[in-house]
Amino acid sequence: MKEIVIISGKGGTGKTSLVASFAILAKNAILADCDVDAADLHLILTPTIKETHEFWSGYEAFIRQGICEGCGTCMDLCRFNAIKETKTPKGNYTYHVDPISCEGCGVCVRFCPKSAIEFNEQLCGKWMISETRAGMMVHAKLGIAAENSGKLVATVRQEALRLAKETKCEMILIDGPPGIGCPVIAAVTGASEVVIITEPTLSGAHDLKRVLDLTKHFSIPAFVCVNKWDICPDMTEQIEKQATSSGATILGRICYDNTVTQAQKEVKAVVETNAPSANDIREIWNKLLHHHQIEKEKH
Amino acid sequence: MKIAVASGKGGTGKTTVAINLALSAQQPLQLLDCDVEEPNAHLFLKTTPIHQQIVTIPVPKIDETRCDGCGLCSQFCAFNALVSFGTTPVFEPEMCHGCGGCMRVCPKEAIREIEKRVGIIETSKSGNITLVQGRLDIGVALAPPLIHAVKKEARSDLIIMDAPPGTSCPVIATLREVDFVVLVTEPTPFSLNDLKLAIDVVREIGLSFGVVINRACENDNLVRPYCQTEKIQILAEIPDDRRIAESYAKGIPIIEALPEYKNLFVNLLHKISEAA
Repeated sequence: MKEIVIISGKGGTGKTSLVASFAILAKNAILADCDVDAADLHLILTPTIKETHEFWSGYEAFIRQGICEGCGTCMDLCRFNAIKETKTPKGNYTYHVDPISCEGCGVCVRFCPKSAIEFNEQLCGKWMISETRAGMMVHAKLGIAAENSGKLVATVRQEALRLAKETKCEMILIDGPPGIGCPVIAAVTGASEVVIITEPTLSGAHDLKRVLDLTKHFSIPAFVCVNKWDICPDMTEQIEKQATSSGATILGRICYDNTVTQAQKEVKAVVETNAPSANDIREIWNKLLHHHQIEKEKH
Repeated sequence: MKIAVASGKGGTGKTTVAINLALSAQQPLQLLDCDVEEPNAHLFLKTTPIHQQIVTIPVPKIDETRCDGCGLCSQFCAFNALVSFGTTPVFEPEMCHGCGGCMRVCPKEAIREIEKRVGIIETSKSGNITLVQGRLDIGVALAPPLIHAVKKEARSDLIIMDAPPGTSCPVIATLREVDFVVLVTEPTPFSLNDLKLAIDVVREIGLSFGVVINRACENDNLVRPYCQTEKIQILAEIPDDRRIAESYAKGIPIIEALPEYKNLFVNLLHKISEAA
């Protein structure tokens, strides 16, 4: 079983376009969209939803005004500035929880001398199992301003893994989030390998270095490809050198291609069109499969 | 005035807008790079470093000689950062939010707090601009404590904040209590989808906002019609100009590489001041 995560560090370098094309080329991989707070893969793969599940995760404190005596202990103890104080016309204070700042730690709940604080489980979004023309897909939608995106990512991965086992599927393709923080760590921890797609810009190179440090930190094999490589061929070369010296394997280059947006508008993966970059993506895919083959033979 | 530049989707031009806005201002200002996972603003400015500050969060340190393995701390921890099997608990620092609850519930006073490093704040100067940049350490999961620390450095009259992509905790930590949000988008289906998600969040928090369309084209039948229907102000359109992409690649701000765009950003700042 191969669990392949496509990430980038920097956003907007082409993760989702690459995953959609990989999905078409793989034919029957299980697909997982782990960019749960800005998911886009569904815009190309137009899933038919088969199952929807609520995602309950974490808690939120709520102060019952009738019981609260306004001692302010909760505000003193809260490390997240989530308790707001209001002075009443009579000169005493009332307290309430700012739901957006509340991290759901439960300290105020536990130490309220009047037990005036409720601790309610939170609905933080939903996750779905769908059918697409490229195979089964697990995807999610984080609630508006909701927390626990890392846990939702973990849930999506876990479900994809379950589906893959049930259907004896050998490959899971994961569309990862940008950055290097919580949702990315949740998306890559324990995965078989990551494919990093970057671009030849100072920002792309800077962010690639950090994401390679991350994959090294978690000991995950990394592959790198450079999108829009011809915008700056010198920097593409530098990036490839830098990535190779960090222990990553270079998969290839994708040419600058403004018909990619047209493919998006036509609801097609790039490899489903005659876009000039489609061949580059096919070559990258074949190279990745070739690596898997070599690896298999080694074992 | 605090202005945040955000987007939903990554790579739409947040940093480009933030940098060029900052360079267009006629007054001293602070530019806060709140994209602490991948801070990029410094790549576009020639800065002189002023100081560095390590940012930490409090995490538990367990005194094994006092701990009797009662497990109350691990039962209390809402983030599963402490796991106890009738023994001294195992601590997972990456899960810890630093709430201090474990220390307070421990009946044996076996837990004290120590500071754990999560990242660094680097302050530097470039002309009128004081850049305050957060840089999350590799392997650290939680960005919000570092973002809050960056925001605490805000003290000038004009603050421009470069937000992280997405719509989850780090974005919300950045956007809280700003005066105006500039949402940068592109006329593509992915960008429009993520713009809508970002607007949901900005409305939920209750902030004023407007849209900047980057790589704008004549035949935009996505973002422009959406903004018109939703009565959302389009603050500026940055044309799809290959020279902009090339200067971006090299880390040169638009208004330095292509002075003809200076007015666009001066007007943008003006419109924001009026709208905020």
